[in-house]
Amino acid sequence: MQRLDVLKTYKLLIGGAYERSESGRYLPLRDKKGGLVANIAWASRKDLRNAVVAARGAQSGWAGRSAYNRGQILYRIAEMMEGRKTQFVAERMREGATAKAAEADVAAAIDLWVHYAGWCDKYQQVFSAVNPVSSAHFNFSVPEPTGVVGVLADAAAPLQALAASLAPVIASGNTVVWVGPAAIGASALTFGEVLGTSDLPAGVVNLLVSERAELRPHLAGHMDVNAVVAVGADDAERKQLQLDAVRNLKRLTFWEGPAADPYRILALTETKTTWHPVGF
Amino acid sequence: MRTPEPTTDGLKLDFSGIWSYDPAPEDRGHAKIDARYGLFIGGRFVEPKSGRYFDTHNPATESKLAEVAEAGAEDVDAAVAAARKAFPAWSKLPGAERGKYLFRIARLLQERAREFAVIESLDGGKPIRESRDVDVPLVAAHFFYYAGWADKLQYAFPGKTPKPIGVAGQVIPWNFPLLMAAWKIAPALACGNTLVLKPAETTPLTALKLAELIRDAGLPDGVVNIVTGAGATGSALVNHPGVDKVAFTGSTAVGKKIMESLAGTRKSYTLELGGKAANIIFEDASLDQAVEGVVNAIFFNQGHVCCAGSRLFVQESVAGTVIRKLKDRMQTLRVGDPLDKNTDIGAINSRMQLDKISGYLKIGLEEGAEMYQPACELPGKGYWCPPTLFTNVAQSSRIVQEEIFGPVLAIQTFRTPEEALEKANNTPYGLSGGVWTDKGSKIFKMTGKLRAGVVWANTFNKFDPASPFGGYKESGVGREGGLHGLMAYLNLE
Repeated sequence: MQRLDVLKTYKLLIGGAYERSESGRYLPLRDKKGGLVANIAWASRKDLRNAVVAARGAQSGWAGRSAYNRGQILYRIAEMMEGRKTQFVAERMREGATAKAAEADVAAAIDLWVHYAGWCDKYQQVFSAVNPVSSAHFNFSVPEPTGVVGVLADAAAPLQALAASLAPVIASGNTVVWVGPAAIGASALTFGEVLGTSDLPAGVVNLLVSERAELRPHLAGHMDVNAVVAVGADDAERKQLQLDAVRNLKRLTFWEGPAADPYRILALTETKTTWHPVGF
Repeated sequence: MRTPEPTTDGLKLDFSGIWSYDPAPEDRGHAKIDARYGLFIGGRFVEPKSGRYFDTHNPATESKLAEVAEAGAEDVDAAVAAARKAFPAWSKLPGAERGKYLFRIARLLQERAREFAVIESLDGGKPIRESRDVDVPLVAAHFFYYAGWADKLQYAFPGKTPKPIGVAGQVIPWNFPLLMAAWKIAPALACGNTLVLKPAETTPLTALKLAELIRDAGLPDGVVNIVTGAGATGSALVNHPGVDKVAFTGSTAVGKKIMESLAGTRKSYTLELGGKAANIIFEDASLDQAVEGVVNAIFFNQGHVCCAGSRLFVQESVAGTVIRKLKDRMQTLRVGDPLDKNTDIGAINSRMQLDKISGYLKIGLEEGAEMYQPACELPGKGYWCPPTLFTNVAQSSRIVQEEIFGPVLAIQTFRTPEEALEKANNTPYGLSGGVWTDKGSKIFKMTGKLRAGVVWANTFNKFDPASPFGGYKESGVGREGGLHGLMAYLNLE
């Protein structure tokens, strides 16, 4: 007799807890024959708002960690993924990817986490300055995290995309509300389980699976979100995002595909300049 | 807030009637202002196609200084076309050559510094002491600083290849007319862009004088174009399809309108907007130094400063002393003729702005705050507001929450550093802040926690071309000044 598989309920990650959507909604994930693989929680506007509250609550604590500590935690995420490689490959294949593409995606994603882990205590030195002002003042500029960042993900190369849209954002001390499509929901929410075992404080990364068009206006219009990263946005969506972001002058950043690039970290920071007199 | 007035500590200096100042007016004879100015397009002054002109006034006397062209849509179109035409050659010019033009502009300005200072004070109302010692020297320094970047851009952003963006449309305010023109023009040109600049309608003259100087510097035609006008002209400029990049300094409300109108265009933008900066004095601060700093923070340029320290937080134990010292100091401030070298506080920039400030004074009183203004004689004509402070205000008071853009200070108290930070950061703005304490570790804890782009510790309202400036939150997007200011005018590939 063939053993009956144990199926998993795919839950959202909000404030460190794995939850179904408060709305009760779900999106079915089916295999090629049309059989049900899983029901994935389908996040609502209320879930988004809860996630923003969690992200705000976690932000100053996360930014207050030492850069070294943040780097260690990002590296820990890579370690945890490495140990679950076969699970992620299987997960991607269930979502329709070929074995080869799935293996390449997982490996590249782990390497991206390692790459950004190393940036946590270096981007500051690359992008800071001691400014040679003409008066008797000590003057320096450093990048600080922007705050709570919303990320709108697309479905291409999902694990790399997750790494390249989360790692550079949290590397500097931002917290994230991530919204991704159901097509990659299974692997994204399984990735959430990696976060749960990587010493990442609750609320730093919140993962929501939903319809992008449904949650986008609520994310871009939310008064307690400081910036939005949109991956793979077309002209029409860019326009709508900018109109929604005006209310609190949200920073908008548009990325295409995954990349190992410290300017992604810089894009979600604010430069602060501090002056102090020099004298006896 | 109730702060008992200390009665025992310190004697008060009484200046009334003992010393009087003789007038010490700066000579305006060498400042040449034409009766009428056209638009500076394609390297020369042209009549506006709109056929319209408007008057610019001296806010200290309400007398007309000159007539200035009002650029209509057709005029903006011509200016953008001139900038587009000039872009290929200018962007391909070796950086060292571009830089030399900017060095020339810096030098020409230094040679004519006094003339520019006088016109700045005449047109805008700021004291000659400031236009002469702050604005104009900073303008020259700004051109000099960015001149040197023009051939070194590849070193600014490691791993990237910087490319100019194209034509910049730039709209600037009336509080630092020439300085804001420099902040916009110098980095744009150093990075290989061409531009169209629109000065504010109440203060167009020094930008037009700068156009003369740019012409004298031999800058290729169309690289810099200056169109004068009001909001409609600015709107035509930022919405022109030939503009690739928008740079705006002004109010948060207008900044939001611009961001909205640019949606769907892929134009990049930088915005320097409003502020409501908190200046925080701890009990261990050097109080006399702090009081001097507060005066500079809020009364510099009549408080027409986006980063002005318009909220003061004083630790409760020293609140009475600080407020008394502040009131004493305010009594010695001289309000009057901007061209008088003894003047501390000049004229309010316009009738409209004076009405706005007066409205806020009324609101403050209606909200139950206590207002203090020193006794001072104001000139009969012109727009004036004495230095003003409010005590007994609440965090929710409108004079605490909203940007007044005048010489009006709202004072609150606090007990712990955490309380000061909580109150200071409780605003949609995040442009600047100030901290006064003699304890080094406290300075860094406080400056690190203030959510603002520029933080002054034991000083305030200091500016330098090498120092990046710009806001968090609703105070703007992007930085101007320093290496960071280059990013606004480059595509990094």
